Amino acid sequence: MRNPANDNVIRLDARREPQRCGATTTSGRPCRNHALEGERYCHVHRRQRHNVPAIASGSPIGDEEQHGELVDGDADASVLDRLSAFMSRRLKGDYPIDEFGYDEELSRAILLPLLRPLYEHYFRVRTLGVSRIPSEGPALLVGNHSGTIPIDAVMMQYAVAAEHPAERVVRSMGADLVWAAPFISHLARKTGSAVACDEDAYALLERDQLVAVFPEGFKGVGKGWSERYRLQRFGRGGFIEVALRARVPIVPVAIVGAEEAFPMMGNAKALASLLRLPYFPITPTFPLLGPLGLLPLPSRWVIEFGEPIPMDGYPDNAADDKMFVLDLTDSIRDRIQQMVYKGLKYRGSAFL
Amino acid sequence: MGRGKRILITGVSSYLGLRLAKRFEHDDDIEAIIGVDLQEPPVPIGKLDFVPADIRNPLIARVLDSTEVDTVIHTNISSHPSRLGGRSQMKENNVMGTLQLLAAAQRVKRVTRVLMKSSTAVYGMGPKEPSIVREDHDNRYAHLYGYGKDCSEAETYVRDFARRRRDVEVVILRMQSLIGPTVRTNMSDYLSLPVIPTAVGYDPRLQLVHEEDAVEAFALATHGAPKGIYNITGRGVVFLSKAIRMLGKVGLPMLYPAATAAGSVLRRVGTVDFPPDQLQFLIYGRVVDYKRAREEFGFVARYTTEEAIADFRDRRRARDEVSA
Repeated sequence: MRNPANDNVIRLDARREPQRCGATTTSGRPCRNHALEGERYCHVHRRQRHNVPAIASGSPIGDEEQHGELVDGDADASVLDRLSAFMSRRLKGDYPIDEFGYDEELSRAILLPLLRPLYEHYFRVRTLGVSRIPSEGPALLVGNHSGTIPIDAVMMQYAVAAEHPAERVVRSMGADLVWAAPFISHLARKTGSAVACDEDAYALLERDQLVAVFPEGFKGVGKGWSERYRLQRFGRGGFIEVALRARVPIVPVAIVGAEEAFPMMGNAKALASLLRLPYFPITPTFPLLGPLGLLPLPSRWVIEFGEPIPMDGYPDNAADDKMFVLDLTDSIRDRIQQMVYKGLKYRGSAFL
Repeated sequence: MGRGKRILITGVSSYLGLRLAKRFEHDDDIEAIIGVDLQEPPVPIGKLDFVPADIRNPLIARVLDSTEVDTVIHTNISSHPSRLGGRSQMKENNVMGTLQLLAAAQRVKRVTRVLMKSSTAVYGMGPKEPSIVREDHDNRYAHLYGYGKDCSEAETYVRDFARRRRDVEVVILRMQSLIGPTVRTNMSDYLSLPVIPTAVGYDPRLQLVHEEDAVEAFALATHGAPKGIYNITGRGVVFLSKAIRMLGKVGLPMLYPAATAAGSVLRRVGTVDFPPDQLQFLIYGRVVDYKRAREEFGFVARYTTEEAIADFRDRRRARDEVSA
């Protein structure tokens, strides 16, 4: 069987000075944000120029009716009016969620903007190839996982929501540890995550969603410093089977920078088994500085989205051919590994 | 006039059985309704032939034979230990009742269709369970308690029955928690508490089916569902916190161990059935997929979960309540 993952050479833009946004800020100075790929403006000003609503440009999911939308097309309504309407709706609970619990309004209006400083100024993320993600329809993002706590998934979600032309929401698949944890599980639901299992993956893809998986799982986030940027075993090929059966393209994603944000120097295994955690990280700052040690180090990040790999065109029973599935899994893993190496080269210094 | 269906409804005095019998009263395709329960239905029903009997009694075989029924609708599965005289009585009723009823039905050649009420509680709850559970979900590793365990065991008997009597069309309807103005369920008891206990740090998704939709699903399935298992639920979900706000109530967030203790106290006092799976529910919730029922026999709930809760709030009449 022909394997499309092999005959595609990975192109990576040469390192260049990123284009600045062409707009002028309200204070009269030129905007210092990076312009979006192939656009003149950054994600803030692009929205203003094109009058893209800040909320809910996508369709509601499933059979849910949408009760209220935060509309910003109404130019007459003052900011205060809109804010008070927003607050009263939130307090009354009069906002739509989809069957997974994803609260689009809360995510886009409150949570994503909170991540912006982290994304733009702290990690200084450069996102490449984001427009390769289809603007509509289902797709499976497959990324490398690293950095002790899964902050890479969060940054990837922000990258797509802020920089993709369609501002798509990424639905990450979270491990059971997330779903058992108080507060975190609820936050994960509200921001669009689902349980890492085949059923949820199919259900989301059926609803035309953009699903993200990190097949390395805990092996990826919990690996030591010496293993940094070396991809671990890619699960058991479950994600390939899902993509083959659902006939959705796979978008390979390489995330560089998370390893240095939480460099894992050691693993307190006894403590981990006591707390029933898959690992207990020891980083240069944690647990030495206590909760303060949970702050990530200010590493420089690069996130690259690769060319989508189509998964249709295979025979119907391709997903049942275990050998084929494992081969394809390996080739996609290799491909992401190569993307990670190139991303590292492109990034240069880890912190400066 | 052609011969209509002759149906036997177990649990005819509980909510679903009663409303279903009431609905079939004027249905020309139904020739006769034989209702079995321990107590007589609280309201008169035309066409109904009431047989006061316990389905655990082998006598049920004679009832099935003499009344010449062709369809058995088994709704006599209860989730209220306090109203049946304790958990062990509840299990006797649910599991042994189903076993005995099916044993009797197996010998009656005229029976061609069996419908059984089950529950989405058979799926179990936990951090690894899918966000939206389909009918074919494997629940072998789920920790089931009480009602969910009963339903799961009763379903096993129904499947065994289907294997032995391949000429019979067997339909299992897994009902999501019912809510509405007149039905009394564990969920309506819970949502009627003056302050509603919740778990600190968790806000489960709530998915409910309106009582009228539940009856409609049974009526549709009686006439037309192909054999198989179907989830029956309302559309959409709301977070528990929102449901509490809609009802104008206050939530009482409790730490998990405290909630366990409070549950057992409430259980002992007998004011409310608060089984262990209710605690899991407060953490994980349970949402199921309803596509199969829509595609196979055209059931679409008229009420969304949110509308069902609003109806429960606005039209509730405690004195007319019938236990599910």
